[in-house]
Amino acid sequence: MMDAIKFVYTVPGDDFSAAGQASADLKSKLKTMGVDPKSLRNIAISLYEGEINLAIHAGGGQITVLVYPDKVQMFLDDEGPGIADIPLAMTEGYSGASDAVRSLGFGAGMGLPNMKKYTDEFDIQSTVGQGTHIKMAVYLKD
Amino acid sequence: MKTYTHSVTLDKDLCQGCINCIKRCPTEAIRVREGKAYIISERCIDCGECIRVCPHHAKKAVYNTLADYTGYKHLVALPAPSLYAQFNNLKDPAPVLAGLLKIGFDSFFEVAKAAELISRATGKIWDKMPKPVISSACPAVVKLIKVRFPRLVDHVLPLVSPMELAARLAKKEVMEKTGLKKEEIGCIFISPCPAKITEINNPIGSKNSSVDGAVAMKDIYPLLLGAMKDISQPPDITAGALGVSWAAGGGESEGIGNTDNYLACDGIENVIRVLEELEDRRFSNIDFVELNACPGGCVGGVLTVENPYIAKTKLKNLGKYMPKSLNSLGKSIPTEMLWDTNLEYSPVFELQGDRIQRFMAYSRLEELLAGLPGLDCGFCGAPTCRCFADDVIRGKAKKSDCVVIMRRQMDEIKSIPE
Repeated sequence: MMDAIKFVYTVPGDDFSAAGQASADLKSKLKTMGVDPKSLRNIAISLYEGEINLAIHAGGGQITVLVYPDKVQMFLDDEGPGIADIPLAMTEGYSGASDAVRSLGFGAGMGLPNMKKYTDEFDIQSTVGQGTHIKMAVYLKD
Repeated sequence: MKTYTHSVTLDKDLCQGCINCIKRCPTEAIRVREGKAYIISERCIDCGECIRVCPHHAKKAVYNTLADYTGYKHLVALPAPSLYAQFNNLKDPAPVLAGLLKIGFDSFFEVAKAAELISRATGKIWDKMPKPVISSACPAVVKLIKVRFPRLVDHVLPLVSPMELAARLAKKEVMEKTGLKKEEIGCIFISPCPAKITEINNPIGSKNSSVDGAVAMKDIYPLLLGAMKDISQPPDITAGALGVSWAAGGGESEGIGNTDNYLACDGIENVIRVLEELEDRRFSNIDFVELNACPGGCVGGVLTVENPYIAKTKLKNLGKYMPKSLNSLGKSIPTEMLWDTNLEYSPVFELQGDRIQRFMAYSRLEELLAGLPGLDCGFCGAPTCRCFADDVIRGKAKKSDCVVIMRRQMDEIKSIPE
């Protein structure tokens, strides 16, 4: 297997204006690489949702992206409060966002469901008080 | 294949080889090579940013003067609505139209009239379009979508521009009235920007344009100023405030009537940001998107005279005294308003080859980039280190074009003991 191309992004906590920078940067790079438009959109949407989650819920975190010829893996790691009930958090429309966050137009409860919907692989591990680790992958097409 | 002719060009004698234009170009279409700037044709969207920013006036829009159009038996002026915003104290555009007839045109066809018809047609095509619908009026924006936003090409309104429609209708009208042949009638657009001039040579959505040429608004302006005095019988206006308002950002959106959920954005950097977010489906509940490459809309074009924001105010005041609209459409959209070729994505920024080859090339690009200084100094002639690395990978530049790398190599040679 060929060596992956690796990109690392740090997402600051509670900075909504910065959220979206990682997905925008990755999208522009993958466009140069000629990634097919549909996969590109799926990557951009799922990573953006992930970035927002890191900013809103986790007090920031780290994104590691590994690009292979046939897939793009995205790892989102934080040391935030963690998620007690993952199946509940994965329910469309459920949101753990505060009223303050909702007043900004976020917190519609579509974050995690969208991340799962737009990716080919999705795995979430979380421990309350320790943090959340998400692994996503989107397969690339010709 | 017809070669693409841009109206933005370079005067080599005036170019000092500085990096102002390469830094400002929104599509990274300019490089400095051997001390002179050059434009990468397939990347240029004719937005005119380089013309705006060049301190040496080396970047120019190519256009003709009125005196160049002598070969026609009947000359029709197609005034862009932004022309009306260049003058003070107008209650309606009639004095401008009268002026056009005095400076050498045989008749006029208001582009504002065509714009009103486009507004009506937009309403009729509405239900068949994926939302949000993106306006196709600004050619720089359409070209930008074509080269950078593959997922948005289907959202672009497949209607010809008001300029093109005006020419098509004007020719028909004049032919009926005078009995002249099509080729004996010259339709000349009075343009606020180079992108519209390029559109004449490379029409969007059709093979050939009915527009025969263009003159710059700033060249016509002084002629009109003189001609607009002492007008005894001003002609009737043919468009209302709706059509005229297209000259400023938001005007087209206001005229659609199908939705209040529109987004109007101007200035090329803002436009790019909106397109990026649209591509990622960041906006919900937006039905129509009006994008203008120039600040303020067409009134901000580089070939205009008046400050765009003053022009916007003038336009607003002008609209107060005019009827709302003077044009309507029948049940269906006439075919002359529709594109006959689809907008297709042209991947000029993507690396070439199959998936593995592109991956390998991109991998080399990142590797090369990691060894570059990251200063984005522009000395190599490319706007950024990333863009330079991209050029090297494509074989368009040499690694040693980077002064920092060259210096490092020289230091290494010097440090070898004799």
